[in-house]
Amino acid sequence: MKAVITVTGKDSVGIIAKVSAECAKYDANIVDISQSVLSEYFAMIMLADIDSLKLPFSDFVDAMADVGKERGLSINVMHEDIFNTMHHI
Amino acid sequence: MVNTKDILETINMIHEENLDIRTITMGISLYDCASEDEDRLCQKIYDKITGSAENLVSVGQDIEKKYGIPIVNKRVSVTPVSLVGGTLSPEGYIKVAKTLDRAAKTLGINFIGGFSALVQKGMTKGAGNMISVIPESLAETDFVCSSVNVASTKAGINMDAIKLMGSTIKRAAYLTKDKDSIGCAKLVVFANVPEDNPFMAGAFHGIGEPENVINVGVSGPGVVSSAIQRAGECNLSDLADVIKKTAFKITRVGQLVASEAAKALNTPFGIVDLSLAPTPAIGDSVAHILENMGLESCGAHGTTATLAMLNDAVKKGGVMASSHVGGLSGAFIPVSEDAGMIDAVERGALTLEKLEAMTAVCSVGLDMIAIPGDVDEAIICGIIADEISIGVVNTKTTAVRVIPAYGKAVGDSIDFGGLLGRAPVMDVKRYSPAKFINRGGRIPAPIHSLKN
Repeated sequence: MKAVITVTGKDSVGIIAKVSAECAKYDANIVDISQSVLSEYFAMIMLADIDSLKLPFSDFVDAMADVGKERGLSINVMHEDIFNTMHHI
Repeated sequence: MVNTKDILETINMIHEENLDIRTITMGISLYDCASEDEDRLCQKIYDKITGSAENLVSVGQDIEKKYGIPIVNKRVSVTPVSLVGGTLSPEGYIKVAKTLDRAAKTLGINFIGGFSALVQKGMTKGAGNMISVIPESLAETDFVCSSVNVASTKAGINMDAIKLMGSTIKRAAYLTKDKDSIGCAKLVVFANVPEDNPFMAGAFHGIGEPENVINVGVSGPGVVSSAIQRAGECNLSDLADVIKKTAFKITRVGQLVASEAAKALNTPFGIVDLSLAPTPAIGDSVAHILENMGLESCGAHGTTATLAMLNDAVKKGGVMASSHVGGLSGAFIPVSEDAGMIDAVERGALTLEKLEAMTAVCSVGLDMIAIPGDVDEAIICGIIADEISIGVVNTKTTAVRVIPAYGKAVGDSIDFGGLLGRAPVMDVKRYSPAKFINRGGRIPAPIHSLKN
């Protein structure tokens, strides 16, 4: 199972490092990253394997959102099933 | 493998276009609660509901987090209480209503439906006793919703029941006059009522339903509206395709949430209700969809055709996305709950007559319409009879949720806040149908072989 992590907000040094470190902390294994910066606006979509996640998924969602708040970023974590269901038959 | 475009589309739908799951509704049978002793009946009802739906709210919240999509309401529907409270006195039914309310508060749910009676062909003593205290029950509770089915295509129209509902609605308005007659917002009169509807105020757990069931209602007028805007100057065939594709995606999310909730609650999945349910929020309006399809204002000539096409395309797109479709399934056109409808009424473009015509091609009926508080009972009965006959003749569900706002006149408005919204008081014709209504009896079931 995978989670889609989206990170948006004002660009600053170390966003990827911080988000990756949080993922590592909870054993979410990052399998793909797509990231860009447009006029100082940072946007990243990350795909992480959550089979070995150390804590319940809903707590992981909260933990990542809290990290986002600390740095003035919006971090959303969603289970990949919603995208698969919606866009693939 | 999901791609970036799909991810961004979904996130945009949720965050910018108000995509949400409108409700997860757990249906609970109360058959095994029947008891001659009213206190024992109430206790059994309370225990059954709070036991069966104990985890409904927490499961709903977990699913919201898992998929990042809001689930606006968690609700419970129960077996029509008139079926399990046969021996109750009117006072006993008020006790049951308060019990339902107490159970709803314990569970932390948003509404509980099933203070209901099915009287399309005639009225049992129990149903009569229950209907006689609907106004008190709604006035003395916060979350209880009530519905009465007064007609069906098979049985015809029970005009005695409609007459009774006219006075019931007036009294509900009076008893809740301090809150803009909110009692009437929790009371709906049906023809051909669906037994698996997850939406309030008409939800109840039908006669042929299992012990417990999970039904889900999807929403998403904002998503459809934006997709139509993006489609630009295309013709109507192409526009129907755009709506179908969007409805498919919305419904797939509903199906996902329904399956997940059913699994987590160890309860069978019932149906997904494919509905475009608006809210008063900006960008969540069915009227704005119609306007984006090409009307200057909702209510203009052409509105019925536009709505017919929208409603049909939503169903066609949605039906393949879900394993079981049911409930009301169609576009809702409540006035107070839709910012675009409110605007259309206020600018004089949308009238009661046009709304009635619109209900012939969509679900569900004359919904959340405020009318002057001094409107005669017989006129309310006339409004109900008209709307109900559209349902009976066309073999579809129709309903009336009309609010004769006590002390208010045309030019005033009522404001419930939240999802129930705000409604300008609309004018009605004052010519009396009293003589017709007072004849009583039943309008026979319509013939369905000589179609024209």
